[in-house]
Amino acid sequence: MSRQSGLGRACLGLIRRDLLCVSRHRAEAANPLLFFAMVATIFPIALGPDPKVLAAIGPGAIWASALLSTLLSLEGMFRPDLEDGSIEQLLLCPHPLPVLVLAKVCAHWLATGLPLLLLTPLLALQFGLTMESTTTLLLSLVLGTPALSLLGAVGVALTVGLRGAGLLLALLLLPLYLPILIFATGAGGAVQRGLAPSAHLNMLTALLVLALTLAPIAAAAALRVRG
Amino acid sequence: MMVHLASPREFYAFSLRWSRRIGAVTALLLFVGLYLGLFVAPPDYQQGDSYRIMFVHVPSAWMSLFIYSILAGAGAVALIWRVKVAEVVAAASAPIGAAFTALALATGSIWGKPMWGTFWVWDARLTSELVLLFLYLGYIALDAAIEDRRTASRAAAILALVGVVDLPIIHYSVEWWNTLHQGPTVTKLGAPSIHPSMLAPLLVMALAFTGYYLALMLVRARCELLVRERGSAWVQEIAAADGGTPP
Repeated sequence: MSRQSGLGRACLGLIRRDLLCVSRHRAEAANPLLFFAMVATIFPIALGPDPKVLAAIGPGAIWASALLSTLLSLEGMFRPDLEDGSIEQLLLCPHPLPVLVLAKVCAHWLATGLPLLLLTPLLALQFGLTMESTTTLLLSLVLGTPALSLLGAVGVALTVGLRGAGLLLALLLLPLYLPILIFATGAGGAVQRGLAPSAHLNMLTALLVLALTLAPIAAAAALRVRG
Repeated sequence: MMVHLASPREFYAFSLRWSRRIGAVTALLLFVGLYLGLFVAPPDYQQGDSYRIMFVHVPSAWMSLFIYSILAGAGAVALIWRVKVAEVVAAASAPIGAAFTALALATGSIWGKPMWGTFWVWDARLTSELVLLFLYLGYIALDAAIEDRRTASRAAAILALVGVVDLPIIHYSVEWWNTLHQGPTVTKLGAPSIHPSMLAPLLVMALAFTGYYLALMLVRARCELLVRERGSAWVQEIAAADGGTPP
């Protein structure tokens, strides 16, 4: 019992510490968000401002931007810890490492995924998405971005501290992210064709549950291998 | 029964003994398979002679999946029992698997040009084969990026295990994505009952490709093992017996 509450305290402490670190480096934390908005702006410029086209590609473009921005922000999950040595404390700590990794992922999502969600309605406005489209897009992001962070944790744990880690991370993760992207944008496509997006959202939920179950274990194993 | 192969020295001797033999059988199978496929099998009633590329294409595609499962299986053995030989087998297999995947993609698009009128379509199978190639390349890139060979192998093993869980999901999601978006614009052969005169060369070629992989993997693994074990006594012995200077 006491150990359980110890674990809970450790996780909460970890989340609080990570969020505190983020709040002390606000400019750095804002970068992925800025990147998200800028990439989403690239699409209308590259493809032309035709409202019909924009409404059609909107959910896909916003999702692609979210994916790229997540990729850029992932390294922050473990690199500061590697640099200041606190990652070794994590490895030595008596609590199960996968749960601690899950706490780190939570903190990462709160710091990067959540702001992304808050910015999305604004971008949806730029693309001229309907209310229904926007809601589905938000739902798919709510389900999808935590899965991105979870799978990303495995990638970061494998590559953190390597030379060219950022690019390597993208190479490892993009193929693995494909199903999430497919189901998320599939939901948007279904709405635009007047169908219910629930099938896609259900699949997305299933992927999230799967990632929630397995990714922390894989990431913990990767940290132990690299540590 | 294969447990003794977990010892690097035993594996080295095994590889020395078997890679040549498997190679010889492979050459024979390849000859027979090509002869059956190119001369004995009749032309297809719709596709003429161009279907014969299938005798390379289909076994390559099979091998691409087979070798990825070897990566994952050997990776699991390496992670759980810390078997060095399993690490070496995985490291030796990855480039061969990537090459087979690239070959499957290349032959597929060469066949696709006369049949579908285009080198590339975003067909579900093509797309998932391409993603498989990316998975292979990511694996190789990660293996190359980490300097310590053992750490690299074990990190890559984790990636292979994640990939092997994700691979069926990728496959089915891509299939769904394609059919949802554009419908079956390209009707594949469906599942025709293939005539024995065409099936025989296909199976012989598949066996030949498997033999090729095994022989090549054994040679590559042997070399990799020598490099990794260069400090150990048995490698020094071999080097001394060879008249070279011990590393």
